[in-house]
Amino acid sequence: MAEEYRLILKHADESEYTTDIDCYIRHGGYETLKKVLGMSEKETDGKTISPQEQIREEVKQSGLRGRGGAGFSCGLKWSFVDRRSGKPIYLVCNADESEPGTFKDRQIIYKDPHQLIEGMVISAYANDVNLAYIYIRGEFPEGAKILENAIAEAKKMKFLGKNICDTKFNLEIYVHRGAGAYICGEETGLLESLEGKRPYPRIKPPYFPAVLGLYMCPTIVNNVETLCHVKHVMELGAGDYAKLGTPNNTGTRIVSISGHVKNPGYFEIQVGHATIGELINDFAGGLPNGRKLKAIIPGGSSSKVFKAGEKYKLKQKDEEGNDIEKEVDLLDLPYDFDSLMSAGSMSGSGAIIVLDDSTDIVEALGNVSDFYAHESCGQCTPCREGSLWMSKALTRLNSGGGRKEDADYILKIADNIPGGKTICAFGEACSWPVQSFITKFKDEFEAKGAQAEAAREAQLEQTSK
Amino acid sequence: MASTETENFEVPASLEAEIDELITHYPQKRSASLMILHSLQDHFGWLSKPAVEWTATKLELEPINIYELVTFYPMFRDHKVGKTVIRVCRTLSCAIGGSHKLHGHLCNKLGLDASNKGAQTTEDGKFTIEFAECLAACGTAPVMMCNDDFYENLSPEEAEGIVNKYND
Repeated sequence: MAEEYRLILKHADESEYTTDIDCYIRHGGYETLKKVLGMSEKETDGKTISPQEQIREEVKQSGLRGRGGAGFSCGLKWSFVDRRSGKPIYLVCNADESEPGTFKDRQIIYKDPHQLIEGMVISAYANDVNLAYIYIRGEFPEGAKILENAIAEAKKMKFLGKNICDTKFNLEIYVHRGAGAYICGEETGLLESLEGKRPYPRIKPPYFPAVLGLYMCPTIVNNVETLCHVKHVMELGAGDYAKLGTPNNTGTRIVSISGHVKNPGYFEIQVGHATIGELINDFAGGLPNGRKLKAIIPGGSSSKVFKAGEKYKLKQKDEEGNDIEKEVDLLDLPYDFDSLMSAGSMSGSGAIIVLDDSTDIVEALGNVSDFYAHESCGQCTPCREGSLWMSKALTRLNSGGGRKEDADYILKIADNIPGGKTICAFGEACSWPVQSFITKFKDEFEAKGAQAEAAREAQLEQTSK
Repeated sequence: MASTETENFEVPASLEAEIDELITHYPQKRSASLMILHSLQDHFGWLSKPAVEWTATKLELEPINIYELVTFYPMFRDHKVGKTVIRVCRTLSCAIGGSHKLHGHLCNKLGLDASNKGAQTTEDGKFTIEFAECLAACGTAPVMMCNDDFYENLSPEEAEGIVNKYND
């Protein structure tokens, strides 16, 4: 049986574990920071490698991938930073946690804030950052206070502020609260919001944060969980860290499970060491009694849905290291970045929503589409109009006013939003669930429309009699 | 502005000191706008036209630069609301967990329209209830917030009991 492996949440749920700095230090907190700040230059092949370069290389070697949604290599992201511009470099922690189904960063912020601070100080040191922000969603008012308190404590103990641990390194971290907009989770929308504007995402190119980010300066935007992992990469060393998880999917990650399961919750696993079936059945207690699985949203509500009983062809390596194709059932899919991508979806923000056979799939999609219609920032026409159009058509279908052809009609709208027609990936986020739900459960969408048509006809007959 | 009401708008010295401190967090003043709006809304309950203008003056901006934030961000309000704002999460996992029943139950108890998903305020001005999008606590659905306080794993009856505690 698969087991949890708690690295980030090692202490978070221990009964005597509190958010204050004394508790964190008693549990070995800020030791990694001290170690990192004590690193010295290294000579390799006649070249002098600075401690900062060594940390960045370590993070790259660890294989750490972003835990916010895209799963992009953290080391690579850092390597894109323009270090020659002469402008200051900023670090921004994305604590917007807004993808429906996700509640993992909440655990870190509310239960172990100093771990995030330590991860941020290390990341800032590695990237020559002296000013960093935590962009936290407006709906976490208590979380913002906890973080502000942690920052004040860390400053007092000289883990933050001027001359950190009596070195020449200075760093200020400030908490910046959002105000209820999902789009602020998109990194360039977040930066606009941090500049005090509407969070309209910026077009890339040219506005890649690593080059033209906050105040048009080079900026690193990393998720809460990712920044915590940086601390563990430096604590364990890239080699030992990469032993956790599976090749190209290293480390641990916190999976949020909700929906139709007996024990919803968050579970930290070594990436790829548990299958979707194990996560749902062993960790989350399985489905309610007597219910059967209908569908799984595997990586937050924008990820493409999996239908119960589906099989996928995964590329794997056999014992001799040759590439082979293996057929895998949905429940046997290893929960990692690459397997879910091969299966046509994504692990996204690590959030599984389980839907059992009591679910009205048309209503479920209607709910998801309402969310995206509400949250489109309105900048790009295909997304602004399309997300609302889909939501309206689904509302009509769900309230008895639909038609059989609505399934194809809504699908056509969804097909015209993504694929580079919008400035940011919200276009994809709002259409992927629609495309996958309707394609995989077309009969249910058509049946609902046909039923409404039949009811209207019957009524018409009644009134014309 | 949505509300025509003009009241005496005066920012207490202590609040202004807090706001001045917030501005120092940023290399560019404008960045402080969201944090200032939070502070003003926490204090006054909503963001009136004078509040918007005060913020703009403070940050050396045009009022539209601030007003466009108030109208964009769902948490900011350009009109008066109840003393306690109840936000029930309506997104998928909470919907599965019974948030519609919860919302309906609270609306009925408050004498409001259970079929109205938008913001509604009780006649006595004590409560505003509305559906909110995902509050990031899907594992303990259904969830709601009463002002800044967060509640999870709620039955309609439990939610009613909690709301009653704000009834003073």
